[in-house]
Amino acid sequence: MQQTNKLRPFFENLEFERDDNHMVINFGPQHPSAHGQLRLILELDGEQVVRAVPDIGYLHRGMEKMAENMIYNEFLPTTDRMDYIAATANNYGFALAVERLIGLEVPRRAQVIRTMLLELNRIISHLFWLATHALDVGAMSVFLYCFREREFAMDLMEDYCGARLTHSAVRIGGVPLDLPEGWLGALAKFVNELPSNIKDYEDLLTENRIWRMRLEGVGVVPPEMARSWGCTGIMLRGSGIEYDIRKEEPYELYDELEFDIPVTDTCDSYGRYKLYMEEMRQSVRIIQQLIAMYDDTPPELMAHAPQYISAPKEDIMTQNYSLMQHFVLVTQGMRPPVGEVYVPTESPKGELGFYINSQGEPYPYRLKMRAPSFWHCGILQDLLPGTYIADIVTIIGSTNIVFGEIDR
Amino acid sequence: MAQHQVNYTQSGGLPVALTTVDKILNWGRSNSVWALTYGLACCAIEMMASGASRYDFDRFGTIFRASPRQADLMIVAGTLTKKHAEFIRRLYDQMTEPKWVISMGSCANTGGMFNTYATVQGVDRVIPVDLYLPGCAPRPETLQYAVMLLQQKIRRESANKSQKPKRLV
Repeated sequence: MQQTNKLRPFFENLEFERDDNHMVINFGPQHPSAHGQLRLILELDGEQVVRAVPDIGYLHRGMEKMAENMIYNEFLPTTDRMDYIAATANNYGFALAVERLIGLEVPRRAQVIRTMLLELNRIISHLFWLATHALDVGAMSVFLYCFREREFAMDLMEDYCGARLTHSAVRIGGVPLDLPEGWLGALAKFVNELPSNIKDYEDLLTENRIWRMRLEGVGVVPPEMARSWGCTGIMLRGSGIEYDIRKEEPYELYDELEFDIPVTDTCDSYGRYKLYMEEMRQSVRIIQQLIAMYDDTPPELMAHAPQYISAPKEDIMTQNYSLMQHFVLVTQGMRPPVGEVYVPTESPKGELGFYINSQGEPYPYRLKMRAPSFWHCGILQDLLPGTYIADIVTIIGSTNIVFGEIDR
Repeated sequence: MAQHQVNYTQSGGLPVALTTVDKILNWGRSNSVWALTYGLACCAIEMMASGASRYDFDRFGTIFRASPRQADLMIVAGTLTKKHAEFIRRLYDQMTEPKWVISMGSCANTGGMFNTYATVQGVDRVIPVDLYLPGCAPRPETLQYAVMLLQQKIRRESANKSQKPKRLV
């Protein structure tokens, strides 16, 4: 009961001042290990968590509502700010959904470049995950090493699209630019060196006694729990269920590429850590295959669909009709046919899906994003009870949640 | 035991530097600006990158602290939402004087691209801001330049007076 004359902190139905031995503590929203703005209300019995309630919404920026007032191309940069660690994965998810909605065929070179960028982003994201997770658990030097390698990958992204974090490198209908001179060589150099760096991290961590004690048997997600909470990505594969959208519903070039989906049935944080390391190696393998594919592709970069996609720059500058169409597409926006589409993609964190309901207007009637972190955040209320307070940070870290995506 | 003797009247004078209390205090303050880890959104990643191996914020004496009571500088890195606004004010009030605020990125400056019902259109509506960084997200170099500008600002201020109340926009 809230008394107006006495300031008693309360949250929903949770009394903070209690008469029994339980203690209620507040974790976040500004906690350095909360991976953004997670607020957890924890009820503790001694050092053991009895109840955990995640409180989200501290980064809610109203993106889905914004989408309803923006033309499709205008909304693309907003998707960068969802999962800001791997922006290309979001750009791609959105672009692919719009392409499926209007039935576009993307040129092969654009497909190769997109898949390269997606996998490069997966490496960036996993390196970032390892850096922050190790920092949370207490291994500061791994953080510094990972950021060193991550900066090389960021330089590659920057050379391609000019941005370090918010790329917008994938557009609806293709990619805007061809690869710059010498980029493939730099990419090949990076991916060839990465496995030895991954081995360095593993030497530091895998058999490290502290690391194993902090991770093994911590944050155990049984397969039933993972299924019932809608976990995807490594949270699901860490529980022994082999499910990867790149294999189940291949998009882009993934059906032509050879790669393995690492699975483990240890269900704990340590198993998930091993999966992240293995996925980086698989991304290296994919990029190496893509580099070989690039050379024998025709030079087209954007799909040819005058009704939806602007013509190449040369045509706009020389042909009156292309200029007119470009003007209409920029000022009014493309008008996809009436219909709805849901397209899942495998982002570094799990299943990232975009649902678009189009009424034939330049603005989507409804745009819904199915972000994997949202579900991985919800599982905390089942995962945390019974664990010790020192393990909370490990568990939050190993779920790999990012708040731009949860709150949108 | 010193084996050699320095003749101060001939070789360069006495090892004495003259300065004012203001200058030496500000010299110390400006070279140990400890920042609060206030990562809210995308800019936090660039803030972490500036603290990490390549950009190395420790060169400036800027070390990230998790507690507002140990911090001099609040780098507001990311979108401030209305739900969070209460906490930013509370954390700002918990910081000890003298304290400074850097608003990092478009969202913190003006709300940026998120002109919606949920976001605060600029952190300067909630807390006073000393420096605004443009960019979405600003590069780590930008943040480092901002800290260097802040150091200049600190050196210009008077060290022993309490800070003037800053203006909210």
